[in-house]
This record gives sequence, structure tokens and C-alpha cells, in this order.
Amino acid sequence: MDFDLTEDQREIKRVAHELLASRSSWAKVRAAAEAGAYDQALRRELGELGWPGIAVAEERGGQGLGIVELSVLAEELGYACASTPLLASAAAAAAIQACGSAEQQARWLPGLASGELTAGIGTRELIADGTGSDLAITLDGDDAQLIAGPDTKPFDAIDPTRRYASLDGEAGGDPLAQGAAERIRIVLAAEVLGICQRALEMTVEYVKDRKQFGVPVGSFQAVSHRCAEMLRYTESVRSSVYFAAWAADADPERLPEAAALAAAAAAEAGREVTAGAIQAHGGIGFTWEADVHWLYKRAQLDAALLGGARRHRVALARIAAGRAAVPALSGG
Amino acid sequence: MDLTFSERELEFRDELRAWLAENPAGEPPAGEDANYAWRRDFQRRLAAGGWAAVHWPREYGGRGATLTESAIFFEELGRSGSPLPANALGLLLAGPTIMAWGTQEQKDRYLAPIVTADEIWCQGFSEPEAGSDLASLKTRAVKDGDEWVVTGQKVWTSGAQYSKWCMLVARTDTAAPKHKGLSYFLLDMEQDAVQVRPLVQITGESEFNELFIEEARIPDANLLGGEGNGWKVALTTLMNERAGLGFFLQVRLRQLLDALLVEASERDLLDDPVIADRLGELHIKAEVLRLTAYRGLSMIEKYGQPGPEGSLVKWMWSETNQQLTQFAADLLGPDALRSENRWSYELLRARGNSIEGGTTEVLKNIVAERVLGLPKAR
Repeated sequence: MDFDLTEDQREIKRVAHELLASRSSWAKVRAAAEAGAYDQALRRELGELGWPGIAVAEERGGQGLGIVELSVLAEELGYACASTPLLASAAAAAAIQACGSAEQQARWLPGLASGELTAGIGTRELIADGTGSDLAITLDGDDAQLIAGPDTKPFDAIDPTRRYASLDGEAGGDPLAQGAAERIRIVLAAEVLGICQRALEMTVEYVKDRKQFGVPVGSFQAVSHRCAEMLRYTESVRSSVYFAAWAADADPERLPEAAALAAAAAAEAGREVTAGAIQAHGGIGFTWEADVHWLYKRAQLDAALLGGARRHRVALARIAAGRAAVPALSGG
Repeated sequence: MDLTFSERELEFRDELRAWLAENPAGEPPAGEDANYAWRRDFQRRLAAGGWAAVHWPREYGGRGATLTESAIFFEELGRSGSPLPANALGLLLAGPTIMAWGTQEQKDRYLAPIVTADEIWCQGFSEPEAGSDLASLKTRAVKDGDEWVVTGQKVWTSGAQYSKWCMLVARTDTAAPKHKGLSYFLLDMEQDAVQVRPLVQITGESEFNELFIEEARIPDANLLGGEGNGWKVALTTLMNERAGLGFFLQVRLRQLLDALLVEASERDLLDDPVIADRLGELHIKAEVLRLTAYRGLSMIEKYGQPGPEGSLVKWMWSETNQQLTQFAADLLGPDALRSENRWSYELLRARGNSIEGGTTEVLKNIVAERVLGLPKAR
């Protein structure tokens, strides 16, 4: 049992963290959000680094790594609240790599891995980076459809750091095998983990610094206990995302349950933690100028992309009840 | 990252499972004294099989188990329906504290009877005026020749009525700052100067006691860790308090949740999306608790100290157990509130979870100050 990232995975995290800290500062995120356009220089650089193909096999032009490595990257993209379409394309590529037919893999993976093709992910109503993308993967329960050249219309979401769309018309797609929807949700949940971590860190810094009644507001238990709760939410998502990412790579039998766990935990925690961040920042937290609102908005959209916590909780209750009724099988 | 048990861990688990299958604890008898005798007997059987103190070094009668193996031990104990060993406080707290701070004579004298449950231990820390603020305790110990004379009152002393020894923290220097004037003693409970009075708790049981100490005598040889070092020695005890036991509690929580899930599906209540939603939420909390507890173990095994997750497990467990038992009352209706119903007992007992072994409020302070680095709470 080793419930921790490997040295190599830590290195990916460190490199991504440092690169995004320098290339995707709040000033850059704000500029991209207010312009309503992605930072093209960042997009090119991340493509050249091979990040879109991190979970694509080497013979298809990728780096041949797994969902754990992709999740580590997604976590850092969330931490930076990066205004770049990398996440959707990389997650779609990972899903096609694991669950696509040979034909789907040959058609899409080289282009996705090189960054020449882009993909959107989400549901028919809400697709992250669906506008102008070469393909979209839509999720419905444990079903995932690959739609080539999707016909989309823009979806003007509250989160301006990312482009959203919805499908126009009824055109369906080709199904991907079981496990595709789970993998995409795990990557989204990993992004939420990074959002939570950033919101927590910004809040802790702020309440240490901000003084009222002559003392830092973080010394008041009403404030510090909420920070402790934000940490608990964040670490709960971390436990469930790392478990689910590991299951995707190493234990496919546990994947459906693990992915639902991560999706439900992330959908709830992302909203709670970023709401706590706004509250703990006080009046300034409600202003456009304080950057916590970008995190809050991203967390809201990610929760919607994940399908909300509730459907996963209901599914998990039924899985758990089925297992509880058969005590002989619960011993593993 | 590898979330499977290693070959060695699986071997340990399978050997333990086989032993537990051959040595079932059986149903707990009614009545507190009978129940305690049952647990004591079960610990004697564990000790005879070499399973009572798996996390202790071999030289003291343990198996030298790793943290993960120790977690497996408590998980399997809970899963098999076995009780916690009667001398849990001796095994989990007194033993490791004596190993860390004791002289060779003290180790030779006290450790072996802990494993066999021949000598039961209790913990004399809290006082009526010193709960969360433990260092303000007032029980006095005054040197008299080669003995100490102790007077004071302790409270929440679980198992005191069965105990031979008490881990006692007392004030030996009233002039020193409050953390510095304390010393840690091994108090013989078998003397008239120590009176045990059971505290009846809201469940009607008496797991806890008050201890009235009136000029009790403790030989100087029973001082642990030296005069004035009581706070540091007590911290060793408290650090051990939350390890290991968490896995037993986590499994018990899972068993309780599974029982509720079975009740819900037998009544076709899972078709109600509101009920399924709440049960799913409880399932997630129980799973996250288990995963976070294991993640904490990995951090300690790799880096020698827990990460931020280490401080969260007890808080998560107590809150989830309270929510679970409260939801059972909603789900099962008034029947769940009958005195003889198992769920009414669980509901009442769970109220203690967020108080015993560190209140949730204190745990949040610890998280805020030591993990997040926030200023000391006001």
C-alpha cells in the first residue's frame, strides 16, 4: 500500500506548478477572461510540451502515461485556473486511448496528442471547449458518445476563463466503451481539486494578513474553523481523486464506483470551498477585483460538467446497498 | 501509487483472518461487567495467539507490525465482529508511552501484563476544571521521602473500575508555568486512597468514571520520564490515542452504514431519490474516511510524519457517525427511538464521539493552527 504520488508523478506536478505559476498568473487569467479569448502563447507552449497527449500511447504520438499523471496535470491547471483549452482535449484523448475502437484511436489520437485537433467534453447541454472543436465527447450516466465535427452554439457561462457550448440539433455520435465517462469525470474532479487547493491557500494568506479589531481575522474561530472545513473538503477530494485515478489505471473493476465517488466529492467540495473563500475574504471577496471569483465560477461549471453530486450519490447508494445485502462479498 | 496490499500485508491479513475464524469472539453478553469479562477473555486468547499487541516490537511481546499491518489488524478485528481488547488503553497508550519514556526496570515490570490483560490500565488526565485545557490540571503530587503523595480528582476515566494501574498526570511544581510543573506517574489503583465512582452517561451505561484521590501514595520509582516532564510524556500518550483505533472505528461505521442500507432496501426506500441521496452522501463520507486514513498511513510510513490529512480522520469519523445515526432515526421512524432498539443506542452513543478524545472544536483549532498556520485562536 502506497497512497502517494511516485517521484516521477511529483516531478510532473512540480514542473506544471512552476510553469503555470509563471505563465498563467492572475493577471494573465484576468486578461484572457476579460478579452473572452484564450492565451494563444500559453496554448502553443503547452502543446509543444506534449501535455495534450500525456495519456496517449507513444505509438500514437503521446507520452504513454496514465490517468494519474493526467490528473496531476489537471490539478495544476485548476490551481492556476488556467485560461487554456488543454484539459478537455487531454481528457478526451485519454478516454479514446482507453475506451475507443482501433479506428477511433487511429483517427483522433495523433492529432489530439500533437495539439492539431481539439476536443470538447461535457453533456449535450454544456460542453467545455466545444466551440469550433474537431470532436466532442458527451456524457450521460455511464454512457459516452464521440461526436465528430459537432454542431454547436455558444453557451455564455458565468465562467469567462473557459469557452462553453451546447450541442445544436439532435445528431448523435459513436459510443465509446465503458470507462470513458468515468475517466473524463476523474480528470474534471482533479481540476476541482486544484481549484480547492488554490482557494484554500488564498484564503489562509488573506485571513492571516487582514486585521480587524487589532488582530488577524484568522485568529477568530468563526473564520479559522471555516478554513479548517475548507481543508477537510479539499483533502476529501484529494483522497477520492487519487483513488479514482489509480483505479482507472490499475483496477478497472473498482473504476465505476471510484469515479462516482470522486465526481460527487468534487462537485460538492468545489462549490463549498470556493464559496468559503469568497466569504472569508469579506467585502473584497465579492468584488471583481479579488480573484477568488474566477475559482468559484470554474467550480460551479465543473460541478455542472460532472453532472452534479446528486446523481452520483444516488448511484453510489444503490451500489453500496447491493453490496451490503451480500455480506459474503463485502469482506474484500 | 499502489493501493493494493503488498504480499507481506496480504499474508498478515490472511493469517489473522484464519485465526479470527478459528477463534470467534461470539456474541457480547448482556451487562457491563459480563461484557468486560468477555473482552478480557478475548484479549487473553489474542495474546496466546500472539495477536494482542501486533504493533509492539517483538521483544515486548508484539509482532513488530508496520503501521499498515496494524491498520489491517484493527480493520479485521472490527470486520469479524470481535471486540476491542479489554486493555485497549494499555496496549495503545500506556505501553507505547512506557516504551518511549520508561527505564529498563519499568519496561520489564509493566509491559508484559498489559499484553496478557493481567493488569488493566486507565488514563487519569482530564479533570473537572481541565478538559480541553489539559495543562491547567490541579491534581497535586508532593514529595515525601521516596514517595509522592497525590490528592485531586480525575474524570472521564474509562475502565477505572477494572484497572490495576492509572496513567496519572499531576502537578509537582505549582510555581512553574502551567505546562512545566507537571509529572507523569504510574498510579496503583488498588489502594483505599483512590475511590472510583461511575458516571452514568446519556445511554444509561457507565463507561466512564470519576476518580477521587485523597493522599494516595506513589513510589518515586513509578515516576515516568522524570520530574517536571509530565507534559511531554502526556503528549506521547495523546499522539498514540488517535492512531490505530481509527481503523477499528472506521470499520464499525461501515458496518453500521451497511446495516442501514440493508434496512432501507428491505423497505424499498432506495427508490426514493431523497433517501438514496442521503445514503449516498453517508457512503461517500465513510469511503473518504477510509481512504484518507490510509493516505495518512502512507505519509507517515514514507515521510515519518502525517500530512494535513492526519488531523482530519477523527473529526470526519465523529461527524459521519452522528449524521448516520441521526438519519437512521429519520429513515426508520419512531421505532428507532424505542429504548431497546439498537439504533436508539447508537444515536445516543454517537453524541459522545465529537467530545471524547478531543472535541471537534479543539480539533478544528489544531487543524487551523498547526496545519494551516493560522494565528492562535481567540
